[in-house]
Amino acid sequence: MSRETIYKGEIKRIEVMDTEDEDDFPWLEEEEYRELYRKMVLARKFDEKAFTLQRRGEISTYAPHKGQEAAQVGITFVMNDDDWMVPSFRETAAFIGRGADLTKLFQRWMGDARGQKDSGKNLPVAIPVATQNLHTAGIGMAMEKKEDDNAVVGFTGDGSTSEGDFHEALNFAGVFNAHSIFFVQNNQYAISLPVERQTNSKTIAQKALAYGIEGIQVDGNDILAVIKAGEEALEKARNGNPVLIEAHTYRLQDHTTSDDSTRYRDEEEVKEWQEKDPLKRFREYLQDHDMWDKDLEQFEDEAEEMINEAAEKAMEIDDPELEDLFDYVYKNNPELLEEEKQKYIELYKGGGN
Amino acid sequence: MNIVEAVNEALKDEMKEDKNVIAYGEDVGEDGGVFRATKDLQEEFGQDRIFSSPLAESGIAGTAIGMSLYGFRPVVEMQFSGFSYLAFYQIKEHASRMRMRSRDSFEVPLTVRAPYGGGISALEHHSESPEAFYAHSQGLHVVVPSTPQDTYSLLRKSIQSDDPVVFLEPKKTYRAFKEEVDKDKEVELEKAAVRKEGTDATIISWGAMMPLANKVAEESNADIEVIDLRTIYPTDWETVIDSVQKTGRALVLHEAPKTAGFGAEVATKINEEAILHLEAPVMRVTGPDVPVPLYTLEDYYMPDKKRVNNKLEELLEF
Repeated sequence: MSRETIYKGEIKRIEVMDTEDEDDFPWLEEEEYRELYRKMVLARKFDEKAFTLQRRGEISTYAPHKGQEAAQVGITFVMNDDDWMVPSFRETAAFIGRGADLTKLFQRWMGDARGQKDSGKNLPVAIPVATQNLHTAGIGMAMEKKEDDNAVVGFTGDGSTSEGDFHEALNFAGVFNAHSIFFVQNNQYAISLPVERQTNSKTIAQKALAYGIEGIQVDGNDILAVIKAGEEALEKARNGNPVLIEAHTYRLQDHTTSDDSTRYRDEEEVKEWQEKDPLKRFREYLQDHDMWDKDLEQFEDEAEEMINEAAEKAMEIDDPELEDLFDYVYKNNPELLEEEKQKYIELYKGGGN
Repeated sequence: MNIVEAVNEALKDEMKEDKNVIAYGEDVGEDGGVFRATKDLQEEFGQDRIFSSPLAESGIAGTAIGMSLYGFRPVVEMQFSGFSYLAFYQIKEHASRMRMRSRDSFEVPLTVRAPYGGGISALEHHSESPEAFYAHSQGLHVVVPSTPQDTYSLLRKSIQSDDPVVFLEPKKTYRAFKEEVDKDKEVELEKAAVRKEGTDATIISWGAMMPLANKVAEESNADIEVIDLRTIYPTDWETVIDSVQKTGRALVLHEAPKTAGFGAEVATKINEEAILHLEAPVMRVTGPDVPVPLYTLEDYYMPDKKRVNNKLEELLEF
């Protein structure tokens, strides 16, 4: 008999900060470095504000992204305006990275779908984990078919990699040369389940290899590494070679405001990751490279003001009208729906008892 | 042409007319689909526009949603409706909700085709009638044609629709009969058809049960009206209610099991809108409340002349 190796795969990890050649990566203009930091601060402030608003009863449930700002702001920084984004539900920092309207982001978290209207090439958030990966694959397939030279970045998490739709998406993307990037934020936990018990794979990135597409791991708390990985992946995806990026990061907060993460992870672990807080690390990087200035120092206050203003505006928006309950199910209301709507209007707005 | 030829012809004409219409699914390319519904289309339109995909129903529906969002009008095939449940989540929770979720900013002009129904001695899971699941998935059109003309006209309308459509094809009658198809004839979504006028009772049915409904009505001594619901949801209640107000008696006939089948909805609607015109309770002839059996028991499962005649007699004599 013979027994030959017919396939061998490997996964590389990209890091930039604190490596020997970190100074060899000045691909950005100085002002761009500062802009990245400002976006991360803005995202962090949004998170804090949303958390407070939830405690005050203005938001019902909120999914914090604290700790994942470098991953989300980094990947969206390298995307062009004609690239598409397919978010999961913890991507508020990515929306901010894409320049989304802050008031509308709050509005959506306050349960008003109008916050997801006119969001350009950013799809509305998808709550059921992994299902959106098929949209990432499909949009990427469509780009290839139309011979466009853009790409789509879809967000997903470590938990989602156990779902069938995740695997079907990678498979379709590979078979059809989709212009798709699957950006997996491995934040170590799917609610309470640690990634070690989610999968027996050593990395998430290696799952790509089974589908004949490239997989790469990146230090997701190192925004420069994310940018490097993102730039390379986008170049490939735009040419019909899909890529899976595993951004190795950590959810510093609870899963959502309904969760209590002290039940399943200890303080020590959280403290360790707080040391690796992406904002802290990038701030130190900027200081070490003489890019830190007074304006950046003051930006925290400015960001807080911007966020407060956006939240105030969102709270002032009246709830949608009753008609809105019915008017967006079909392009034109079928007769039976229109009839039902009229009955509701009569009941709730007719002035009777 | 017959029903399966009408599917093929409608697809062909839509693909000719709109370059954004593409079609895919398991074996739909070179093979033309296991029922040959997409026969020869790849030769005509090339594999860029019509192709076989990996074997994954959720993958097919989910990627088609992505393609729709980017401007295509995909027509995807579920090889058998009994396998479409693997795609149910994508269809129900994403295709049907994208417009609502984005307040009209995104839409999903997707058509999901699936042969449905029993009576062909098929393997297990190859004979289901899932129309009630899809009818209960707000935001979809659910179409079940019964004639070549309706298949042609309604499939074209479905593909042109800016909302997602689940198009269930009666595979038992795919090749059962032929008729002349007028390609210019428009059939609207949301419109039922009165197949035979009558005054004594109304039979309401759809899809592969229509030949049985028509036959029983023809052979009956009473004057039976027959309605082909054909677009299950959104439902054309006006046609149903008008008819029952006239006849005072109604029988719903479908293949799917009785409990929570779409017949329950029809009966309730008649109660709500026409109870004072009723001479008898609304009656149902359906599959029994069991899974579709392996085929040695299928003849007992499928509604037949005996069951419909008995029930019709009961209805008329009530």
